[in-house]
Amino acid sequence: MKPFTKLESRLVPLLIDNIDTDQIMPARFLKTTSKDGLGEALFCDWRYDAAGKPKPDFILNEPRARGAEILLAGDNFGCGSSREHAPWGLTQFGFRAVISTSFADIFRGNSLKNSLLPIVVSTEVHAELRALGEDARVTVDLASQTLRLPDGRAVEFPIDAFSKRCLLDGVDELEYILQQEKAIAAFEARRDLSLNTLQPAR
Amino acid sequence: MSQARTIIDKVWDAHVVAEQPGAPALLYIDLHLVHEVTSPQAFSGLRTRGVKVRRPDLTLATADHNVPTTDRRLPIQDPVSAKQVAQLETNCREFGITCYGVASERQGVVHVIGPELGLTQPGMTVVCGDSHTATHGAFGALAFGIGTSQVEQVLATQCLLQHRSKRFRVEVSGALRPGVTAKDVILALIARIGTGGATGYVFEYGGAAIRALSMDERMTITNMSIEAGARAGLIAPDDTTFEYVCGRPFAPKGADWDRAVALWKKLPSEAGAHYDAQTGIDASSLEPMITFGTSPGMGIPIGGAIPDPAGIADPIERESVRKALAYMALEPGKPLAGHPVDVVFVGSCTNGRIADLRQAASVLKGRKVSPKVRTLIVPGSNEVKRLAEAEGLDKIFRAAGAEWREAGCSMCLAMNGDQLRPGEYSVSTSNRNFEGRQGPGGRTFLASPLTAAATAVAGVIADVRTML
Repeated sequence: MKPFTKLESRLVPLLIDNIDTDQIMPARFLKTTSKDGLGEALFCDWRYDAAGKPKPDFILNEPRARGAEILLAGDNFGCGSSREHAPWGLTQFGFRAVISTSFADIFRGNSLKNSLLPIVVSTEVHAELRALGEDARVTVDLASQTLRLPDGRAVEFPIDAFSKRCLLDGVDELEYILQQEKAIAAFEARRDLSLNTLQPAR
Repeated sequence: MSQARTIIDKVWDAHVVAEQPGAPALLYIDLHLVHEVTSPQAFSGLRTRGVKVRRPDLTLATADHNVPTTDRRLPIQDPVSAKQVAQLETNCREFGITCYGVASERQGVVHVIGPELGLTQPGMTVVCGDSHTATHGAFGALAFGIGTSQVEQVLATQCLLQHRSKRFRVEVSGALRPGVTAKDVILALIARIGTGGATGYVFEYGGAAIRALSMDERMTITNMSIEAGARAGLIAPDDTTFEYVCGRPFAPKGADWDRAVALWKKLPSEAGAHYDAQTGIDASSLEPMITFGTSPGMGIPIGGAIPDPAGIADPIERESVRKALAYMALEPGKPLAGHPVDVVFVGSCTNGRIADLRQAASVLKGRKVSPKVRTLIVPGSNEVKRLAEAEGLDKIFRAAGAEWREAGCSMCLAMNGDQLRPGEYSVSTSNRNFEGRQGPGGRTFLASPLTAAATAVAGVIADVRTML
């Protein structure tokens, strides 16, 4: 996984609550067997008209979205389907962080495994970010867990210690789990004594 | 004396492989269900790493999202869908996983076949690359959806890194009135607490109204836990659960069965166990529910009026509801009852089991669906289809003018060609009314199989209680 340390960027506001992963990546793009080519499909039905032309009034088609790496979204971002194609699409488009007042659980977990940082802020800070000018830039520093506003103030955001370490060092979770082979084998050996001993018969 | 524990804690505690400081718990997974959409990149990852599937015996695959619900003897027409389904079968052969593919008599929606085969059992941990894995919680299993990275992790290690969730008790007291179903209970709960209302929690559903439900109905409730933000939802196992599981192909047998039931009886939450949140619902106060917007939390009783966003204080929430009503082309203040629809869909992992089809048939029997409405009845699995046909439900549906189709996810998420045209309205027994969920531009009203069938007959959104 690509390490994540610091980021400075303009914000791309998409101020709708409960943006679901079907909007981020419509199901018809889930027929792929690879992870590639999903940046083009990001927010497809909001971004393009029926003829496939970009809608000029959709934020991702506006000049301010070009090169921006932080999405500022409404509450409960990423709800719905577990599709990891949603964070794949966001990162392939160029986003490296999403700021919201809350994230859906599965989306949050999927994002952290793809170097996409979900940043939770209070409603007050969210309102301040919404009020910023188009060209205002904010800085994310993961090590100190802070978001620095254009006026210099630093706002702390929460992240669990393990996810933070994985992001900072670019640790692949599966490699970490594979290192615990002994513990897994031991668990399997003692399972017969545990509550759930019954394996599906074949 | 040790502290009183909930069923959520008991299942969790029994599956912790290791807990290292500064890291989430390593949790063992008893059953991993796999389907064609969220697994190809995980299998590719295994190949790149040179890692095998650790426990193919605890892994089971089926094709459901992309499969046509028309004549199965014909090849899948969409070449991209065909490739994905074929890729699943190839991957399963290569890694030694049992796969109930398109041609298998055991094929069906992954969350329908797990329970009906007896694979899903109380006290288990169950995962699948699909958010509706919560369904299996109806058996007292800790079951939750995962992304493709985690599918790869479970294939490789049978384990996942997990933080313990908070516990949310939902007490459903009283008894449901005629015409009101399990679907209405869960839609009412989501409307009350919101689509993010249980983020970070696992539900435990209990109370007299839950106890009175069949397993099929309980699964409708746990299935939609995710639509309130909860990753999982459990119902403590009882005699209804044991009777359902007993005798199914993968259920324990003989002495193993007795031992299993003795263990499962220890699962229910203990008196005085701690919950981090709770809410209560009086089942007897519920009416049939229907959604008006583009989020499952935007639900109202069938006799209610569409809310006015102007009354919402929060500016983003107000804009979100306004946007939803604009997408749905609905006006605030008006009732939904009487609104014309183009399509009725009965099916999905929410309402595609035999109990759901019986409910729909109870309304359609001796009636005709409106000529203006295309009505699709899609069984959740081949087994459900066989059961329905053995009871003659297919004849009732066909005589009413509805389409009786093959098993799969179908119009729940419109990946297989079954979809709405832009602007069309459906009443759907599925779980999501998101924009474009049932086809780009399609507009979805979520409701129960009873409400769906009543609407099919009336041609407009109807209150089933007038037809009982």
